[in-house]
Amino acid sequence: MQREEIFTTIKDLAVELLGVDEAKVTNEARFKEDLDADSLDIVEFVMGMEEKFNVELPESEVEGVATVGQAVDLVSSKVS
Amino acid sequence: MVNRNDENRAVITGLGVKTPAGCDIDTFWTRVKSGNATAREITNFDASALTVHFACEVDDEALAIENYANSKEVRRWDRFTQLGVAAAIDAFKDSGLEGTGFDAHRAAVVTGTGVGGILTLEEQWSIYQEKGPRAVSPFFVPSMMANAIAGHASIICGFGGVNFNVTTACAAGSHAIGEAARLIWDGTADIVLSGGAEAGVTPLVMSAFARMGALSTRNDDPLRASRPFDADRDGFVMAEGAGFVIMESYAHAKKRGANILAEVVGYGRSGDAHHITAPLPDGSGAARSMQMALDTAGLKPSDVSHINAHATSTPLNDSGETQAMHHIFGNTVPPVSGTKGVTGHLIAAAGAVEAVISTLTIRDKVLPPTANFEKPGDDIDIDIVHGEPRPYDGGTVLSNSFGFGGHNASVLISPVAP
Repeated sequence: MQREEIFTTIKDLAVELLGVDEAKVTNEARFKEDLDADSLDIVEFVMGMEEKFNVELPESEVEGVATVGQAVDLVSSKVS
Repeated sequence: MVNRNDENRAVITGLGVKTPAGCDIDTFWTRVKSGNATAREITNFDASALTVHFACEVDDEALAIENYANSKEVRRWDRFTQLGVAAAIDAFKDSGLEGTGFDAHRAAVVTGTGVGGILTLEEQWSIYQEKGPRAVSPFFVPSMMANAIAGHASIICGFGGVNFNVTTACAAGSHAIGEAARLIWDGTADIVLSGGAEAGVTPLVMSAFARMGALSTRNDDPLRASRPFDADRDGFVMAEGAGFVIMESYAHAKKRGANILAEVVGYGRSGDAHHITAPLPDGSGAARSMQMALDTAGLKPSDVSHINAHATSTPLNDSGETQAMHHIFGNTVPPVSGTKGVTGHLIAAAGAVEAVISTLTIRDKVLPPTANFEKPGDDIDIDIVHGEPRPYDGGTVLSNSFGFGGHNASVLISPVAP
């Protein structure tokens, strides 16, 4: 799966789950500060990514993810 | 009797409803006065397999939840929270308090709910069974908890005073109104947002109440199913919805030039200590609640000129409530309305919605009729307002609510003495 494809899926997920404008979802966008996601939003978002990409994202690996780009990187490393 | 002065009299200055009879006060009140029932085939979900497949539902278009919450909130609020928060915001806006610089720490919230987000619970349990524990939503707890509306409404309105929810089944709405009045009476709050909400038109809840034999089974004629005090009543009709009021101290309301609609003058409550679902057959538990309401108001039974009864349309409730009224009023029971004939039974929202109706009764000097009252039951020997609305003579209105668990709550609402 291409990185661009993963980014688009994650962007759509952010629009759906976090209720944010598509334009705000960039690689640099920070979940907490820029997309107004609290800790529960992030848990739900991770669940959403697990389902969309059919991967498992353990808490230990999710912990360091602050931006959309980092989320795309994490998912990229799981899907081949 | 509670000592009252202008500082601690509790007056109503704002109203909001989200009900099967309407989602704004004008539509709602017009429908209630019309005596036209609102029950219909269930559309919230496919109810075709259920024993009872009709109920009174809130119309989604009229609710227009997008005007009250963003898409993220809508997905995370159970239906009872959507109904409750929307009605609460309406009451807050109607009061004109917004932006007036009130003391937020003396602005309280008291809500009433029977269960909370039961639809969320049903859905999440299905997900758990299908996909396992990791698929359970992190929003499950804040979505289903019975106190969710109290929390959200306090955040939205900026009310940082006393904040709690009462959970007393079908009595919860009246308990919320009464406990709100007490906060004003005892000087704890200047303002209270108070009301109730319930969203029990769900597969599990409808199945359970049908199994109990509590619901009317008039599937072939839903509009005639809720018929308080009528000889052919056969159970209540489930309804969803919410009602909220803004209550203020008279001094606070007067000072800011608020539109003062009515005053909560009395509040009584009791427990039947008899059976977990059936009321005391002689109505003595309910009577103690009504007597306590009169005592807190310092009023005599003859000061009451209208009763908005609990009147669920179940054989047991309407019979026991009639006897309870005789305990207090003897043979001179004032005219009684059972507005659940129109609205259905909104469970924990019922008492709050009926407090709104009682306030409108006083505002517009008219008693709403009881829908579908054609022939009184053998056990019903009181004056039931039916057919047409009737003029109201300006006295105090008594509103009763009784709940599973044997909870009884009675609220007295009066025109405001200047």
